[in-house]
Amino acid sequence: MASDDAAARLALTDICKTFPGVVANDAVSLTLGPGEIHALLGENGAGKSTLVKIVYGVLRADSGEMRWNGQPVQVASPAQARRLGIGMVFQHFSLFDSLTVAENIALGFDEKVPMRDLTARIGEVSAHYGLALDPGRHVHTLSVGERQRVEIVRCLLQNPSLLIMDEPTSVLTPQEADRLFETLRQLASEGVTVLYISHKLEEIRALCEAATVLRGGKVVATCDPRTETARSLAQMMIGGELATPVRSGADEAGSERLTVRSLSLESEHPFGTPIRDVSLSVRAGEILGIAGVAGNGQPELLAALSGETLCPQADSILLDGQPVGRLGPRARRARGVCVVPEERLGQGTVPEMTLSENGFLSAYLRSGMLRQGLLQLRAMSRFASDIIEAYSVMTPGPATAAGSLSGGNLQKFIIGREILQNPDILIAAHPTWGVDAGAAAAIQQALLDLAKAGAAVLVISQDLDELFAISDRLAVICEGRLSASRPTKDTTVEQAGLLMGGMFDEAGEIIETHAA
Amino acid sequence: MDTAAAVIVSMMAAATPLLYAALGELVTEKSGVLNLGVEGMMITGAVTAFATATITGSSAIGIVAGAAAAMALSLIFAVLTLSLVANQVATGLALTIFGIGLSALIGQGYVGTPLDALPKLDIPGISDIAFVGPVVFGHDFLIYFSFVMVGVVAWFLYKTRAGLVLRAVGESHDAAHAIGYPVIGIRYLAVAFGGAMAGVGGAYLSVAYTPMWIENMTAGRGWIALALVVFATWRPGRVLLGAYLFGGVTILQLHGQGFGLGIASQILSMLPYLATILVLVLISSDRALIRLNAPADIGKIFRPAS
Repeated sequence: MASDDAAARLALTDICKTFPGVVANDAVSLTLGPGEIHALLGENGAGKSTLVKIVYGVLRADSGEMRWNGQPVQVASPAQARRLGIGMVFQHFSLFDSLTVAENIALGFDEKVPMRDLTARIGEVSAHYGLALDPGRHVHTLSVGERQRVEIVRCLLQNPSLLIMDEPTSVLTPQEADRLFETLRQLASEGVTVLYISHKLEEIRALCEAATVLRGGKVVATCDPRTETARSLAQMMIGGELATPVRSGADEAGSERLTVRSLSLESEHPFGTPIRDVSLSVRAGEILGIAGVAGNGQPELLAALSGETLCPQADSILLDGQPVGRLGPRARRARGVCVVPEERLGQGTVPEMTLSENGFLSAYLRSGMLRQGLLQLRAMSRFASDIIEAYSVMTPGPATAAGSLSGGNLQKFIIGREILQNPDILIAAHPTWGVDAGAAAAIQQALLDLAKAGAAVLVISQDLDELFAISDRLAVICEGRLSASRPTKDTTVEQAGLLMGGMFDEAGEIIETHAA
Repeated sequence: MDTAAAVIVSMMAAATPLLYAALGELVTEKSGVLNLGVEGMMITGAVTAFATATITGSSAIGIVAGAAAAMALSLIFAVLTLSLVANQVATGLALTIFGIGLSALIGQGYVGTPLDALPKLDIPGISDIAFVGPVVFGHDFLIYFSFVMVGVVAWFLYKTRAGLVLRAVGESHDAAHAIGYPVIGIRYLAVAFGGAMAGVGGAYLSVAYTPMWIENMTAGRGWIALALVVFATWRPGRVLLGAYLFGGVTILQLHGQGFGLGIASQILSMLPYLATILVLVLISSDRALIRLNAPADIGKIFRPAS
């Protein structure tokens, strides 16, 4: 549905936005017609989020023109954007955990709406679009998919004519994502324009009829994603060849390095998920992937494996047959376990410290950076430089504070820091979360190479494509239970999706139903 | 007035300044701001109310002046922490120290000056009924007003849209900002309300509870009020309960000292604090309750992107 400017719902012309040191948007132009599902593509830091925040009135453009239904407008605030008919579903949910669903939705309105009317309207919209919601529940008790539903219903209640979705499926199971697509198609058929941001190129091909590609803040291409391949889209984003992770695959897995036996743990977090009777093993030379929707016990499992949380019994976790369940993170690192934690800032790095200091904190046991209690500053700097070079981290140098790196770059640094310690066992959580296609491929290749060199690798990820690309065996965590692991090559995406929805029995095997 | 009624009446009087200060701080904290300057605002309110009441001869004007002075002090805090994004803990502590010093300076000429206590409600016939009369109908208007304020604060927070927005701002300022609420403006109002309420609490001490000015007369009540907010898990009804628990133990131990119990008076004086700490610890063990009511973004600095 190509649209000329007269019929355009939203037309952006030469939008520019500069942050200190970065040009986030450089003369970006974009035209959206009614009922169009339009993809906005680009790597990390390409300027996608900045652009939609300008449209939604969270940020103000330095220059450029925005036309809404043909009329020039200045959107000064999100409230004004909503009055115009622009709704947005945020990448990081803008929900309030301790409030109820209805209260959260009420906050999205500018005028007063009596709670009773609101509940009725929530019911109507939920039924119309098949988005089931209980208005009285507190948001913190909802699953991630349900939270997203709250956000979408909040937007839809305002009858928007433009719906902006910032990476909506990164937290959904494949089935939930399919359901979202149906809703979006239904909206488009009713004339709502959808601006869709995602890293997942396959779903953009399935859903969107037009795409604008940003690189370095500039529009570098527009295309019809239905006629492109995921690969060609990725190359437009990167502006170069995309390296696909190469799996050697032929090697037989070696001996069991990491074993977990019937581990049950209460969560330390008040609304966390307790781990229930989890067993797994990782052999030398293989990658075990653990899939699952966020909030199903991944942080708890990771804390138990890294030693942040001690297990009740020492023999719940074995390293090369030795019980280590009562040993802390340092003792486990000394035995060759390296960990890429979930949170990059705070857990993965100390934001205020430099890269070389952060490198030291994690790696000093396994390198010559500490001698008689004194820091070996030159060795520290060299170690950080090695990481920066080997993983093409974009940063001025080892003396930069970790907190000043962008998410994707910091992730590359953390992964590199752990891999360069030559771990015997690497446990990585969401290794490429929020990392763009080019860097993600490099990280995945590094994990494959590490396994090939004989290390046992455990990857916890929400990204099924990634797990299918790199893991030898696949298990799924749901509500703190872990399914039996299956060889990845004998598993389909649908089966993984069923497992992610908790459709497995006591033995961890799939329950086949036709209802789903 | 029999002894039981006297105990209850003095307990209510002891609880009231805490109740005002804690209710104000509750609203401030619900908006995500931790103002540790309650003690400083209370004492400033106390001295201003006393001085104004002495000069004008009107306790009511004194109370309003006390609230205004404490609110002015809280706005200094708001400018520093909200507009100039200074650290809230350090600024709050500084505010307390500043308030104590300032009040001593203002109060210099008023030490030992007599003042008539705030008049008590006196309905002929009814206020003379045994027990019920003094306990229900024998108080000054600030005590009745404190009950009204508990209801108003609870109603505002949980039944009005403005209260919902305030809670949302305290829960996640980034999300509230993204939806388009003026985070800083809302927090200014919440801090100002907290200041005014602390001022009324202080004023109650100097014009009603003990109608005189003594340097440092709040004697740590601001800190107790802060603790009460946490003890009450940020619920107005429980603030009422907590204030009366603390007030009750305070008065009971005073009577205990009066009766000459064989326990050192210093130990008895500790009792209100010990009781408060004990209850605080017990309540804090219920993490779910805290999680549901504690403002998640409390004390965090908010810097909106432009």
